Amino acid sequence: MSEASTALREPWPDLARQREGVTFGIWIFLATEVLFFGGLFLGYSVYRTLYTEAFREAAKETEIFFGSINTVVLLTSSMTMTVAVRAADHGYRRLTLICLWVTLLLGLGFLTGKGFEYNDDLTKGLFPGPGFPLPQPQEQIFWAFYWVMTGVHAIHLSVGIGVVAVVAVQLQRTVIKLESGTLTAVGLYWHFVDLIWITLVPLIYLVDRP
Amino acid sequence: MTAITVVDLPPPKPASYLDEGHTVWSWLTTTDHKRIGILFALSITVFFFIAGVAIGLVRLELLSPQGLFLTDDEYNRLFTIHGITMVWFFLVPSIPTTLGNFLLPLMIGARDLAFPRLNLMSWYLFTIGGIFTIYTLWAGGVDTGWTFYTPFSTLYSNGHVIAAAFGVFVTGFSSIATGLNFIVTTHMLRAPGMTWFRLPLMVWAIYAVSLVMVLATPVLAMSLLLVMAERLLGVPIFNPNNGGDPLLFQHLFWFYSHPAVYIMILPAMGVVSEVITCFARRRVFGYAGMVFALLAIAVIGFMVWGHHMFVSGQSPYASLVFSFLSFIVAVPSAIKTFNWTATLYRGHISFESPMLYALGFIGLFTVGGLTGLFLASVPIDIQAHDTYFVIAHFHFIMVGGSVTAYFAGLHYWWPKITGRMYLETWARVAAIFTFFGFMMTFMPQYIMGWLGMPRRYHHYADVFQIWHVMSTGGAGILAIAYVLPLIYLPLSLIRGARAPANPWQATGLEWQTPSPPPKENFEHTPIVTTGPYEYHPAAEPGLAEMQRPHRTQTEDA
Repeated sequence: MSEASTALREPWPDLARQREGVTFGIWIFLATEVLFFGGLFLGYSVYRTLYTEAFREAAKETEIFFGSINTVVLLTSSMTMTVAVRAADHGYRRLTLICLWVTLLLGLGFLTGKGFEYNDDLTKGLFPGPGFPLPQPQEQIFWAFYWVMTGVHAIHLSVGIGVVAVVAVQLQRTVIKLESGTLTAVGLYWHFVDLIWITLVPLIYLVDRP
Repeated sequence: MTAITVVDLPPPKPASYLDEGHTVWSWLTTTDHKRIGILFALSITVFFFIAGVAIGLVRLELLSPQGLFLTDDEYNRLFTIHGITMVWFFLVPSIPTTLGNFLLPLMIGARDLAFPRLNLMSWYLFTIGGIFTIYTLWAGGVDTGWTFYTPFSTLYSNGHVIAAAFGVFVTGFSSIATGLNFIVTTHMLRAPGMTWFRLPLMVWAIYAVSLVMVLATPVLAMSLLLVMAERLLGVPIFNPNNGGDPLLFQHLFWFYSHPAVYIMILPAMGVVSEVITCFARRRVFGYAGMVFALLAIAVIGFMVWGHHMFVSGQSPYASLVFSFLSFIVAVPSAIKTFNWTATLYRGHISFESPMLYALGFIGLFTVGGLTGLFLASVPIDIQAHDTYFVIAHFHFIMVGGSVTAYFAGLHYWWPKITGRMYLETWARVAAIFTFFGFMMTFMPQYIMGWLGMPRRYHHYADVFQIWHVMSTGGAGILAIAYVLPLIYLPLSLIRGARAPANPWQATGLEWQTPSPPPKENFEHTPIVTTGPYEYHPAAEPGLAEMQRPHRTQTEDA
């Protein structure tokens, strides 16, 4: 690839403009993501307002242990991601790469925790449908949102992990350069996925847990 | 002995973007916005004809009150595939992804869109979505109507809801990618001197529509995701048995799908502004007003979705607010219509085929817009809701408006895109057929809708037959009008005269580069010193510029 020799791509006149453009683009993308999750949060809010009591009862069954561990793991991964982006800005290649791989491992750690949590939920039969263990029919709506919200978040995180892996490998092989602005974009996406999780925690685990 | 020096000449530079490789592979891997625009154009043409055939069968079936050759189930599936395909695979992408893709960088003096590979990915996403839709059709169709209303779509429908919804879901990301690309391009890649208020209205329209695409489409994606989750996994999100609220789906759905109407009409307004000014040889009347009207429509369009739900059991106070806001959105639309008319005033109008389409647009859009006001008013909507009156109204906007403008743009920029002139006589015939065929198809639908003919009914009362027969007759004329360009436009590629750089004597950067343009769009980055539509000096209204577009002009650029 001849493009590989330089961080500048068509049709940008210079690197500063290109970085600005990439950052601008990723912010617009995040705006679309906010609206995407916004639809989900809206639905949750409507039902929680309508069925406050059922949501309280249903949320007691969630596994706050896994939820808390995962929150810590994901927040730490955001920290390492921030360090990676800053290190790239200063041209510290090695530190950038180490931090990216740590971020990736923490992301995988989150998914593993989520896997154990899902396993516990399923053992308790907490998937909506016939034979659902909780008495009120509206409690199934809470659990419907639990599965969809955490599922969509997990898909986003998996995409993030994949992207971080690709970028890390490409940085290692200098297919992309530290200064190309790619890492800033990846970092912003990673923090966004983290932010969604921070929004999800109170919606799932902290209902009626004073 | 004389030594002969052999000079290695560099290979000749390809004459245009069309000569940068002739293999299918070179097209499928291109990142050139012009080629991607053409890929999109080919795709949406296929979908347009699939959807057109579907509704053609429906219209034939409706010739008789008892039906002719379709079962109820087939009838439901045909109008559904018509709706889904027309809305998401033709109307929404039509002008932005084809003309917008091709023209946006040319109009602002850029080499390409900001993210060329994202642009290509957008086409692939669109194609994947399209494959799911075609699979749906092939597997036996879907019967929910294009709106996917719950709980029918989630609990009761026996059609291929998941495949259809997934197709639309994926195509949504194509919309988002294209919108994002356009926004960044418009902000960051304008040529030196191309200030915001020197942008052609087409660029403003594409920019406004991109904002709507980027902010509305994700909500559709989520609502379809919830429908798919409920149908596939059985999670009761909209299921009334568990206390789920089907109306919630309607709110989410229309939060996208009303702005989607503006996704369809805003770029059409951009095209018409370009065509009207060129063939009236006039500056656009009230440029700033036109810009703010576009933006106002884009913004207010987000706040009117509830007018689809006046009879769905929504709070009457909410209906009141939505009704009021729907009236408000008519104001910028009217500003635009009056400004186009004022642009024509004292212009040197010539009736080339793009202009015929554009003038048709103004008339049809006005009728569609005014009947929209009827429907925005709660008491009248209660009478007309879910009747053919509604069908006629939104077809006047979407087909009379968007499709007509798409054809106007296609004819106007065809010489630029292909480097060839088409047969003007046939183009004029097609434009005139479009207008009259359209009127004959949809005017009877207003009348029978007002008399009480419900939409989506397979069998109907005998009194409505005369209107249905008229409508089907009109649809036949409309079909001819849509098939004609499919013949003479491709024919022009072989037989057509070479187009000069600027066949219409139009202003705008896209006309200052050869037809078809080279890969990098401009030899040198243009420097812009004037505003758009410099058809005559600002101070002398009209009379200064006597020049008309000359189709016969042969000098090549």
